[in-house]
Amino acid sequence: MPDFLADWLNQNDIFTAATMLHYWDGLVTTVQLVFLSLLLGMAIAIPLAIMRTAKSWFISGPVWLYTYLFRGTPLLIQLYIIYYGIAQIEGIQDTFWWTIFREPFYPALLAFTLNTAAYTTEIIRGAIVATPNGEIEAAKAYGMSWALRMRRIVLPSAARRAVQAYSNEVIFMLHASAIASVVTIVDLTGAARNIYSRFYAPFDAFIGVAVLYMILTFILVYVFRRLERHLLRHQRPLSH
Amino acid sequence: MKKLIVAASCAIAMMAGNVQAREWNEIRIAFDVPYEPFEYKTPEGELTGFEVELAEAVCAELRADCEFVIQAWDGMIPGLLARKFDAIMSSMSITPERAEHVLFSEPYYNTPGGWFGREDFNVDVTDMDAMQGKIVGVQRGTTMDTFVTNEMSDVVTIKRYTTAEDMVLDLEGQRLDVVFVDYPVGEQTVLSREGFKEVGEPVKLGEGVGVAMRPRDRDLAGKINAALNKLKNDGTYDAIMNKYFSYDIKM
Repeated sequence: MPDFLADWLNQNDIFTAATMLHYWDGLVTTVQLVFLSLLLGMAIAIPLAIMRTAKSWFISGPVWLYTYLFRGTPLLIQLYIIYYGIAQIEGIQDTFWWTIFREPFYPALLAFTLNTAAYTTEIIRGAIVATPNGEIEAAKAYGMSWALRMRRIVLPSAARRAVQAYSNEVIFMLHASAIASVVTIVDLTGAARNIYSRFYAPFDAFIGVAVLYMILTFILVYVFRRLERHLLRHQRPLSH
Repeated sequence: MKKLIVAASCAIAMMAGNVQAREWNEIRIAFDVPYEPFEYKTPEGELTGFEVELAEAVCAELRADCEFVIQAWDGMIPGLLARKFDAIMSSMSITPERAEHVLFSEPYYNTPGGWFGREDFNVDVTDMDAMQGKIVGVQRGTTMDTFVTNEMSDVVTIKRYTTAEDMVLDLEGQRLDVVFVDYPVGEQTVLSREGFKEVGEPVKLGEGVGVAMRPRDRDLAGKINAALNKLKNDGTYDAIMNKYFSYDIKM
């Protein structure tokens, strides 16, 4: 941070340079956590959504069970089970897994990824099921194989229908990431709680962090609006 | 209309006058339970503990009828200011931030902070070189948190927890090397389990715990201070303390 900025900030009671740096560290953690879990969640969700639409119960059944479990329980409970549960497994401290799960970041990433993957799977599944029959019949008439049809017709068409619902899931995920602070991660909310307990200033600390969350949300909304326009450009009138 | 306003303000003035002239024959005191051994309920549902017995002794000294109110911690100071009760005797540490909102009596006890770790922990917690890179758990916003943050934040990694139970789980699961926690809390949650021990001398921190009252009730503060002072000197305080503690918390 440049000196003139630090000097200027240090005139404040609560929002000093140290406080701002604490918020900044929290912001970086939150963005990392949410971005990585959404990316991994999406990578898991696409194949699972395709499996979920399979006719065979042996393929779709396990996926149904997984989404049922993870959508049927609160994220906080899932985080507690993964974070504290892993540490209770006999002998885990002696394996290489412990180097990963000792840090709170990775259990949280795992919980968030599994949670968002479950919701995203259902969003994409819904969009795949709603593919108009005509599109599939036309693809079949062209002699496309299942894989080619999936890649060229079904998934792009599903993406257009899923994007609005998925943008909601992304924003929910950002806000749900606030619970990471209960397992000692200093994310945005964790930073706000530390600042609150240091200065006994709940309004300043939490309104400060609320503004930061809002800015992140507005950025997400803007990005998704652009994405929607891009995906749905064929539906726009030609003029204007 | 004007008469009405005058009448109303007279009525308010009289009510305010009544408050000023309160004799404090009845005092409502708030506790947050359970916080063993300071305030908790017996299996029969009876409120007891060190602070409860001390409060009873203070009331007996003041010849006042006391009503004990149960109030959750986060609503303590708001409840006091909203006149739901007149005093808080619930292990509230005296801090400058709180003193802006409430009037504190003289401190009546101070528990030290204690260092606790697993049986295999053999590091001197006051030796900064040996503590390098260790992970220390504290409860967020406690005087122990402030101490570690100010004195050791360059040396150790600090993890902050909301509840002591979560912290003990992470100590057990080896995510933490050592915890620095209010001594009685550590005694209850850490030492009561197998495989843990105290790993350093207890450290006295902060200005102690006082009775919190509304800033305007200076007369009540004066009475309570006098009563506490008498109890500390005539042996009543020591008798109650020895019932609950094996170490000295008197202040």
